[in-house]
Amino acid sequence: MKKLKKMSKSDRLFLFIVYTTVALISVMILYPLWFVIIASISDPNLVATGEVLLLPKGITFEGFKYIFRDPRIWSGYYNTIRYTVVGTMLALFITIPAGYALSRTDMKGRGIIMKLLIVTKYFSGGLIPTYLVVDALGLVNTPYVLMILGSFSVFNLILCRTYFLNTMPVELQEAAEIDGCGIFQYFMKIVIPLSKSIIAIMVLYYAVGHWNSFFNGLVYVTDSDLYPLQLILRDILITGQSVDPSTVDPESLELMKQIARTIQYGVIIVSSLPVLVLYPFVQKHFVKGVMIGSVKG
Amino acid sequence: MANIKKEKGNGKLLRHLKRTWVLYLFILPMIIYIVLFNYLPMYGIQLAFKDYRPTDGIWGSAWVGLEHFKTFFESYQFKDLLWNTLSLSFYSLIAGFPMPIIFALFLNYITKKRFKKTAQMITYAPHFISTVVYCGMILIFLSSDGIINQLLMILGIDPVGFLSNPENFRHIYVWSGVLQGIGWGSIMYISVLTSVGPELHEAATVDGASRFQRLIYIDIPSIMPTMVIMLIMRAGEIMDLGFEKAFLLQNSINLEYSEIISTYVYKIGIQGGQFSYSAAIGLFNNVINLLLLVVVNKIAKRVSDVSLW
Repeated sequence: MKKLKKMSKSDRLFLFIVYTTVALISVMILYPLWFVIIASISDPNLVATGEVLLLPKGITFEGFKYIFRDPRIWSGYYNTIRYTVVGTMLALFITIPAGYALSRTDMKGRGIIMKLLIVTKYFSGGLIPTYLVVDALGLVNTPYVLMILGSFSVFNLILCRTYFLNTMPVELQEAAEIDGCGIFQYFMKIVIPLSKSIIAIMVLYYAVGHWNSFFNGLVYVTDSDLYPLQLILRDILITGQSVDPSTVDPESLELMKQIARTIQYGVIIVSSLPVLVLYPFVQKHFVKGVMIGSVKG
Repeated sequence: MANIKKEKGNGKLLRHLKRTWVLYLFILPMIIYIVLFNYLPMYGIQLAFKDYRPTDGIWGSAWVGLEHFKTFFESYQFKDLLWNTLSLSFYSLIAGFPMPIIFALFLNYITKKRFKKTAQMITYAPHFISTVVYCGMILIFLSSDGIINQLLMILGIDPVGFLSNPENFRHIYVWSGVLQGIGWGSIMYISVLTSVGPELHEAATVDGASRFQRLIYIDIPSIMPTMVIMLIMRAGEIMDLGFEKAFLLQNSINLEYSEIISTYVYKIGIQGGQFSYSAAIGLFNNVINLLLLVVVNKIAKRVSDVSLW
């Protein structure tokens, strides 16, 4: 307070603008998320008439009941979980060892390999040629394509490499070598245990990527049994097919129309739940990832 | 003599490989991945100059030269597609680029720790929401009976037909993107700002500089190189506009504004099966992208001495 009094007029005005702007932007982002939560458990009629604004009213879990009865949600959830788990493990297997190898100065040809990687960031074959390759590999309409695609990113590789470059002292590696420790052993016994934070970052980046991935499912999978959650969500949220017509009797169909919106709010929550629940705890790792990336510039 | 020398050279390489072969094994999965999904498709680009028939394969199909490009340039959609792609992209860039910077500069002057942490926690969150969910929220909130119109009504403002007016597509697309990216995009700038030594700020304060003056004369110059790099990278993505969001927000009403090159390629290629024609359009898109990147990089190099290469 004393400090505030000492401040000049322009400083006080400046801080006022700073605090209000930041607060305003935060509210603009937080409120929609909060509204989804309260609307999903409120009486649909009260939501429609604009009476639910800050707190839930006429609490009901009807929407969620329908959501959990919808087989599409279950199959989408199951698919997305297996794509995410297998895909993330594959991504670690590809990215971490490669990032380490490319961080070592005694690896010949690493300059060329880095250049080949950078090229892919700025030039690609495009959608159709990529589709034909995936097709030729026999991967179209298989679960494998959604596990494999998205399991490597040049950006993440560079992040790993930068991390290893900055944190793995050459002296340690030399000392291990003198003791007769081979590269593989050194990597498994020393590098990996010292790299928990970059591994955590990679797990998060790839897992969120797989979880939210929509495009690959849209392009490479036509069998609805293989649909990831995001494709099901598109049907419910965008195309407005809140109800799976094949599984519901006409009477409840009428009821479902009334609570279609409630179902949409509920689906947003159900699908984003894993990410939203973990988010506050892992947020600092995500941020750290960006920081590592920015060191390189 | 020469023979011995040669043997020595080979022996050196052999010794090197014997010691480091594991490293090459380490990059093998990555090499397989990028060859399959990045470089093999580049080989498939020749499709754009051929008349692809599945029975003949990529290699066996007949060459047609630039015919597909000509067809595209002469088609009635060409102008609209290019205009929609470019205008949406530049609009996103102009609105979306400065926002995270301003946000970072502001956050940097917030001394109340709890306030700052909460604001960061909230503003980073939309980055993790999937595009499908985000677009779903946009459509639900902006609908005629959505929460935005309900709030407007409380304020005594007549409801707005956000979605029924196709011209609004651009604004909805761009500003929802700004809100989604403002927090996440600011992290890099914040990290640079915090690395500015406090001495500079202290000295300026002693000299009687106000906070605003410190922002202008200390903070902005300190993030300038990062800004330039980010701008160059964004330039390389001008034509690489998010397919997902445009596709998901697209409907029969706003198609005139929302059809961009990538959604068009998807429709005629994957859905319509015109592989060669859509590959040509995709290639056109990529080449423009690359050109923009090179040009902006060159300009940046001349103007500010910062560049990607």
